[in-house]
Amino acid sequence: MSKIEEKLFQDRYRVDADRPHIQIKDAAVCAKCRNQQCTVCCPAGCYSREADGTVALATDGCLECGTCRIICDEHRNVAWEWPRGGFGILFKFG
Amino acid sequence: MAEKFDVIVVGAGMAGNAAAYTLAKGGLKVLQIERGETPGSKNVQGAILYADAIEKIIPDFRDDAPLERHLIEQRVWVMDDASYMGTHYRSEDFNKPPYNRYTIIRVHFDQWFNKKAREAGVLTICETTVTDLLIEGGKVVGVRTDRKGGEIRADAVILADGANSRLAVKAGFQPEIKPENVALAVKEIHFLPQETIEARFNIGEEEGVVIEMAGKISAGMMGTGFLYTNKESITLGVGCMLSDFKEQKVTPYELLDRMKAHPSIAPLIAGSEMKEYAAHLIPEGGYHAIPQVYGEGWMIAGDAGQFVNGLHREGSNLAMTTGMLAAQTLIELKVAGKPFSAANLAGYKQKLDDSFVMKDLKKYRRMPEIFHKNKQFFTTYPDLLSKAAQTLIRVDGVDKKSKEKEIRKSFVESRSLFGLIGDAFKFWRAVE
Ligand SMILES: Cc1cc2nc3c(=O)[nH]c(=O)nc-3n(C[C@H](O)[C@H](O)[C@H](O)COP(=O)(O)OP(=O)(O)OC[C@H]3O[C@@H](n4cnc5c(N)ncnc54)[C@H](O)[C@@H]3O)c2cc1C
Ligand code: SF4
Ligand code: SF4
Repeated sequence: MSKIEEKLFQDRYRVDADRPHIQIKDAAVCAKCRNQQCTVCCPAGCYSREADGTVALATDGCLECGTCRIICDEHRNVAWEWPRGGFGILFKFG
Repeated sequence: MAEKFDVIVVGAGMAGNAAAYTLAKGGLKVLQIERGETPGSKNVQGAILYADAIEKIIPDFRDDAPLERHLIEQRVWVMDDASYMGTHYRSEDFNKPPYNRYTIIRVHFDQWFNKKAREAGVLTICETTVTDLLIEGGKVVGVRTDRKGGEIRADAVILADGANSRLAVKAGFQPEIKPENVALAVKEIHFLPQETIEARFNIGEEEGVVIEMAGKISAGMMGTGFLYTNKESITLGVGCMLSDFKEQKVTPYELLDRMKAHPSIAPLIAGSEMKEYAAHLIPEGGYHAIPQVYGEGWMIAGDAGQFVNGLHREGSNLAMTTGMLAAQTLIELKVAGKPFSAANLAGYKQKLDDSFVMKDLKKYRRMPEIFHKNKQFFTTYPDLLSKAAQTLIRVDGVDKKSKEKEIRKSFVESRSLFGLIGDAFKFWRAVE
């Protein structure tokens, strides 16, 4: 397990299967993005750089912080909503 | 739901619970909507609870609120990779009830606070996300939720939906958050036997310690670290501005792991069991980032309105106070039989201006910009201070006068004399 997976393993989620609440609008925009800063800044490591230069997003471990939406301010390429009520991260302690 | 309410409160965090509780006590019919499974399940805090704010809302909160430890000692550490230099302030005065500051576990506290609100008459529905405000003729008349047939109407809506206020942005009440106005904090909670915590921090039962950290811990970014003692756990984390995070290559969790591995921190959490990792935004834009906080039929309270005093790490108390003031404004209007129009809700802004909330935020209005433009406070100075301390403390046959000279030289070489004086002035302007 990677470092971040070990951390997220301690967290409780109710995953809304096949209904990701965050989506990349246009993969081609990511391929041209200078820093691809979402791959660094997401505290759950949800964004990863692919071999073909695009960026993949897996929202299952999302902590719902909003960072990816705010730091993608040059391209506004992140479509971001809250999960449906009751789904997503469920903090035990916060 | 065909029922109509006086007020809908979005969110069951600090601001939402304070608003809903106050409204219900004031006799208004309140619906509170929360997207989490329970109140608190989406919320993250360090966390210090300042007694004053909650006391104004629930005077006898100490009787049954889930409080961890009252704080008797504050440590401030400036760190480089190997050392810390710090001030510790501990006083027996902090051991005299009624205590002033407590550590809390946020999820537990929110559940308690919301229970109080429900007991006061608030109807809280959880597991429901508000997706839009209902706006008719420029006036907010209710909300739309993600439940079937989920339109609900009310005379006013209080947005207490936290740092990522999607609703205010969607309705055009405020622009999208800028990376330079918000910090991302990551934290973990580590469990240890109560006696171990008390021995490591030199504290008695129910006594607590706070450590605030600055310096290398933020990897050159504008940011700080924190460590708080709870009853049987330690909360620690680090937060930095998003505008800095996006320009560098260290992930938030690497930053946290480096902090945990620091030789001054590692022994404090050695042998503990990590039970949760969390991340959350903290609005840090200060006074100049505060948006319009009221309009026709709507008000904003708490983090959604950027009400955070970053320098003093105060947020929950501002959230509670703004929630309470928003509620009091509505109660007064209701009693006077006046509508919740923008002109009448301007009374909320007046209350804010008269309270410590706006006075403090105004006092520190220059701080965010000064720290943004002067990264030396987070990079050069921690190193210089640490080296200076080492030079003075080490006994190595060099005379004290030469040592002082060497220290002076190291400061002037890194920042120049004008730079040093300028920095002192800037720091003073930031907190003056
Ligand atoms: C790591 C960290 C440490 C901190 N330490 C301290 C500290 O020591 N002391 C201090 O005073 N402050 C501290 N703060 C700040 C403090 O946590 C916040 O200021 C406070 O929680 C703000 O309360 P709020 O009610 O405005 O927002 P929140 O507590 O975020 O509550 C917002 C609520 O609204 C709900 N919600 C949001 N959108 C919707 C929607 N569309 N539909 C339904 N529900 C919705 C959320 O689920 C949430 O329950 C800290 C913050 C962080 C992140
Ligand atoms: S920052 Fe935005 S545009 Fe750039 S890679 Fe990430 S999602 Fe794509
Ligand atoms: S909201 Fe936060 S945790 Fe979720 S994907 Fe975006 S950056 Fe990652």
